[in-house]
Amino acid sequence: MSSFMLLLHQSPSKFRDLSPEEIQQIIARYKAWREELVRQNKMRGGEKLTNDGGRRLRIQSGQVSVTDGPYSEAAEVLGGYFAIEAADYDEAVAIARTCPHLTDGQWIEVRQIDALR
Amino acid sequence: MSGDPETVNQLVDHLFRREVGRIASRLTRVFGAHRLDVVEDAVQYALLQALQHWPYQGVPGNPHAWLVRVASNRALDVVRAERKLLSFDADEEQELTRDIEALPVWSVQDKHKFAGEVDDEQLALMFVCCHPALPAPASVALTLKVVCGFGVTEIARAFLTSDATIAQRLVRAKRLIRERRIGFEVPGPAALPQRLDPVLEVLYLFFSEGYAPTAGDRLIKEDLCAEAIRLTRLLAGNPATSRPECHALLALMLFQAARFASRTDAAGDLLLLEEQDRSRWDRSMISLGLLHLERAAAGDRLTPYHLQAEIAAIHVATSHPDTTPWNRILELYDLLRELQPTAVVQLNRAIVLGKVEGSAAGLAALEAIEPDSRLERYPFLPAAQGEFLRRLGRIDEAAERLGHALDLARTEPERRFIGRKLADLRAVLPGTGAEPPEAPVRRSFPPN
Repeated sequence: MSSFMLLLHQSPSKFRDLSPEEIQQIIARYKAWREELVRQNKMRGGEKLTNDGGRRLRIQSGQVSVTDGPYSEAAEVLGGYFAIEAADYDEAVAIARTCPHLTDGQWIEVRQIDALR
Repeated sequence: MSGDPETVNQLVDHLFRREVGRIASRLTRVFGAHRLDVVEDAVQYALLQALQHWPYQGVPGNPHAWLVRVASNRALDVVRAERKLLSFDADEEQELTRDIEALPVWSVQDKHKFAGEVDDEQLALMFVCCHPALPAPASVALTLKVVCGFGVTEIARAFLTSDATIAQRLVRAKRLIRERRIGFEVPGPAALPQRLDPVLEVLYLFFSEGYAPTAGDRLIKEDLCAEAIRLTRLLAGNPATSRPECHALLALMLFQAARFASRTDAAGDLLLLEEQDRSRWDRSMISLGLLHLERAAAGDRLTPYHLQAEIAAIHVATSHPDTTPWNRILELYDLLRELQPTAVVQLNRAIVLGKVEGSAAGLAALEAIEPDSRLERYPFLPAAQGEFLRRLGRIDEAAERLGHALDLARTEPERRFIGRKLADLRAVLPGTGAEPPEAPVRRSFPPN
């Protein structure tokens, strides 16, 4: 088994006009997806990240410069991540493929955690 | 019904819709009806936060407490920001913070302890939304949005109107609540009768919209009926509001809802009361309706809900359409016409009159109805005329009336229904002569 990160990209304004019923339905889909992975012992956790662009640190002329990440309501942000277990990229992708996050305008980046043995 | 259990970690049906009403009423108690805007925004904010966080963290053990906390923090932030723009009022802010902290946020285990309190808050919010100062369409939209947790698009879909129209009604309603300084409370006994009437009217309005076999999203329309019944039960079950007319309206809704499933056939075509499979009527709803009809008889005030409920009760208690006591129904319609002389009541009365005194009398009664802008576009008036004319053997005139009804039909099921009548009529048209006048009655209008 290897560990993978699913990085969930989204645009924060996408959900603004949803009705309570629609919101509940979306949550229910995530809940089912997540619980199935927990049941298979493949879910290692996940966190929501704030809907801003974060901060970016670089060295400029020998000094650390800190800038705000690009942010607007329409821009995409990294919304959160899940850490999962999978045999290989194929399985990780298969799991990500069923993630309810994958809807119009949203995308998932799958990255393997490099565990040297 | 209102205190349904939320099992830990389970998303019961319509949990979020229910939570909107609960949280909105809790927050309105603290922040005041004049800040309904802020409350509404805070509730939506909390739901969106749940949408963004629960997928990662899972559903919290007490979803209600989580949502209340997030919503009240948001509302407090908004009020704080407002205060900074105007003159800063530290006292009010402290008071609000105290009130929020004092909000009992119950867990699943002690929901029964608070059920009464939640019900009272929901009723108080209903009395805000259905205040007599608000126009009925605005009250309907606001009640559905704030008390029942429907989205703007859902309301627009149920009422076949645009999102913008519903949004305008909501803005207007909230502005009037602010301007009239409408308070968040269940009216006391002296004010109750006058305040209750518009609440019942709003509930009946959206129940009828849900029940009507017109176009619009079917699932949402069924939910409208369920919500109307839930809120009317809340009124009828609370000692502060339980007046006979609440029981009458509830009985009426239950009798109609009992027939929900039998109103269409397998192909989705409308079925008349006479054609419906009476074994499919929901017996438990009918029994419950009879119970409330009994309790409706307690007062000395006869309302249109009493009469309509009694008419509906007679229909659901009749095991075969041929044994329907039309005389008794006509008496009730005569009384109803006095209380509520609307065109639709007169139309229905004329149909019943036709059953009791014959088609000529029915037709004359239809023709005596004063033209009304709503009835002009109502396909079941010319359809009823066509039916009476057919039975009187005046086939050409009947065909003309049914053709007109077909032009007015608003939905596919209505078109098919009237088209079917017209086809039946054309089948008897050539040569052989019409059915004898006063042929046995098989169908009536409008479909129920």
